[in-house]
Amino acid sequence: MAKKNGEEKIHEGSHMKKSIASFLLGTALAVTSAGAAFAQDKTVKIGALSDQSGLYADLGGPGSTLAAQMAVEDSGLAAKGWKIDIISGDHQNKPDIGTAIARQWFDVDKVDIIVDVPNSGVALAVNNVIKEKNGVYINSGAATSDLTNAQCSPNTVHWTYDTYMLAHTTGQALVKAGGDSWFFLTADYAFGAALERDTTAVVTANGGKIVGGVKHPLNTPDFSSFLLQAQASKAKIIGLANAGGDTTNTIKQAAEFGIVKGGQKLAALLLFLTDVKAIGLETAQGLNFTETFYWDMDDKTRAFSKKFSGKMKNGAMPTMVQAGVYAGVRHYLKALDALGGNPHDGVKVVEKMKSMPTEDDLFGKGEIQPNGRTIHSAYLFEVKTPSESKGPWDFYKLVGTVPGDQAFTPLSESKCALLKK
Amino acid sequence: MQALYAQLLVGLINGSFYALLSLGLAVIFGMLNIINFAHGALYMMGAFVAYFLLNNDYLSIGYWPALLIAPIIVGIFGMILERTMLQWLTGLDHLYGLLLTFGIALIVQGVFQNYFGSSGLPYAIPDQLKGGMNLGFMFLPIYRGWVVVFSLIVCLGTWFLIEKTRLGGYLRAATENPTLVRAFGINVPRMITLTYGLGVGLAALAGVLSAPINQVRPLMGADLIIVVFAVVVIGGMGSIMGSIITGFALGVIEGMTKYFYPEASNTVVFVLMVLVLLVKPTGLTGRAA
Repeated sequence: MAKKNGEEKIHEGSHMKKSIASFLLGTALAVTSAGAAFAQDKTVKIGALSDQSGLYADLGGPGSTLAAQMAVEDSGLAAKGWKIDIISGDHQNKPDIGTAIARQWFDVDKVDIIVDVPNSGVALAVNNVIKEKNGVYINSGAATSDLTNAQCSPNTVHWTYDTYMLAHTTGQALVKAGGDSWFFLTADYAFGAALERDTTAVVTANGGKIVGGVKHPLNTPDFSSFLLQAQASKAKIIGLANAGGDTTNTIKQAAEFGIVKGGQKLAALLLFLTDVKAIGLETAQGLNFTETFYWDMDDKTRAFSKKFSGKMKNGAMPTMVQAGVYAGVRHYLKALDALGGNPHDGVKVVEKMKSMPTEDDLFGKGEIQPNGRTIHSAYLFEVKTPSESKGPWDFYKLVGTVPGDQAFTPLSESKCALLKK
Repeated sequence: MQALYAQLLVGLINGSFYALLSLGLAVIFGMLNIINFAHGALYMMGAFVAYFLLNNDYLSIGYWPALLIAPIIVGIFGMILERTMLQWLTGLDHLYGLLLTFGIALIVQGVFQNYFGSSGLPYAIPDQLKGGMNLGFMFLPIYRGWVVVFSLIVCLGTWFLIEKTRLGGYLRAATENPTLVRAFGINVPRMITLTYGLGVGLAALAGVLSAPINQVRPLMGADLIIVVFAVVVIGGMGSIMGSIITGFALGVIEGMTKYFYPEASNTVVFVLMVLVLLVKPTGLTGRAA
């Protein structure tokens, strides 16, 4: 080699070109051989990250892990030689813990996909980690519409619902029914802020006005102080921009303070099946709200839900969040099956997911928009009275259906950077 | 100004729970020298026992009998804990008692959560206490008024029992010098077991009282217990009257915070705790050890 040094220096230019060419060739070969390798790689690791023990545990939590397991079983991929593992983690509603678990899952446990993640604060933090690690993110539990708007990511699919949808269904319906002055009780973190922002936009656009609001800490046991402020505001509608245990406590205590009897109306902007169970029909009857899934819609949802309920320790029916985890994982596995193997490349898998229309027993037909938002119908429900209810989970009656393209953020209004390409 | 009165009253209601719970803690700490971290779990059990008494297949026992029965059942559970586990920790460092009771709390909460989920079960307000009255400055639910009055009576009764009766005298003497009290023919271990039962019963009673207001949830105690510990620290560990007064006072201060700066309402108690510890490390009414 040393002898040829001089020669090489003379021909440096052409040699350079040659080495670039061979480098490119090598890369191309490497890519193709890697392609051949992943065609045979049929291992997948799913991480279900949720609040496993706190105020959101019933709407996601262990039920979401179960939903992911059922999706894997129902996909039939095991028979095709796939090996799919599921692990679960408890983010305790703390963004630092959520991101630490996500990092460990990608770096140590080699997780491919993270699902569920209720709590918008944690969800947004985890969103960044997944983008950095090029994983797949199917969020079902978090509400913030930022996941597919300002903070959208090529690795993220947001299933089930978001704050824009809640504002444009429940919120809009209430304003149109004459509720033109609003007071907000808002959970003091990313989710509450997003829901208040999106609802405020709808209220003002429809000619209503916001007369006040109060921010309360997450997981507040007693709302009486806040309810008294809401009562004093004389607003027609008290908008509850909170969720889970906070919403159930607010509704229950609002009844105690005679708020609804006094002529003010509660807008439960986000209410889950398990919340209604916790409040009890006596207090919850007549509440209007929006969900994208209810167990008692048709034979398919009933079949799934009864199977699900039989596997839950407390016999609970699935919430829309848990249903979203099931449907999301099913769609993810369909995409992997179509790819013929797991490329362990989040962007690539999510692109495949977006290119395929979604269809499952729980949400029906739909699609994933370029910003990662899943589009499907949303349903306006009303809570039944105790005499209307025929069983332990018979809670809702359907009041109206909003088609997916009207329920979710129109792409023209989205600030998602992925849409500008 | 009217709104301020309303917030004061609401603070007093929350203060009732703080007072009842911190009172139980103070009794247990004062007499047994145990930092009872299981207190929140036992409070939760009180609410659940009331729920089961009402909703079972055999007989439906309502709110009023539950006020007596639930504390007794949970108190017996507490006494079993004391006899089988806690009594072996006498004379050891506080840390052992704290860790043991914390472990018990986690197990109890975990078991309940496994079977009942985290969002809780509804418990209706008894018919006699439904509705509310208009006080001019606010609408006061009758049930909440009842909670303040009832817990005040229970708190003062307990204070009277321990500080002013002969039985309470034995108890305090046994804390000072168990050997000497035993020499007078008094069964000190049994007295200690009963005292633990009393403290636990107070927690369970608070649980029953809160069942119609809050959800009957496995974590209802865990959410509250940290604040209650702060109350006890501010009031002075082991001081009966100190814990009662601080309980009500902090409820009011927290209520005020919810009005003036709601974002800080879940930290204000701890800020106060830091301030008190800086100025008077034994707590407001505590005596130097």
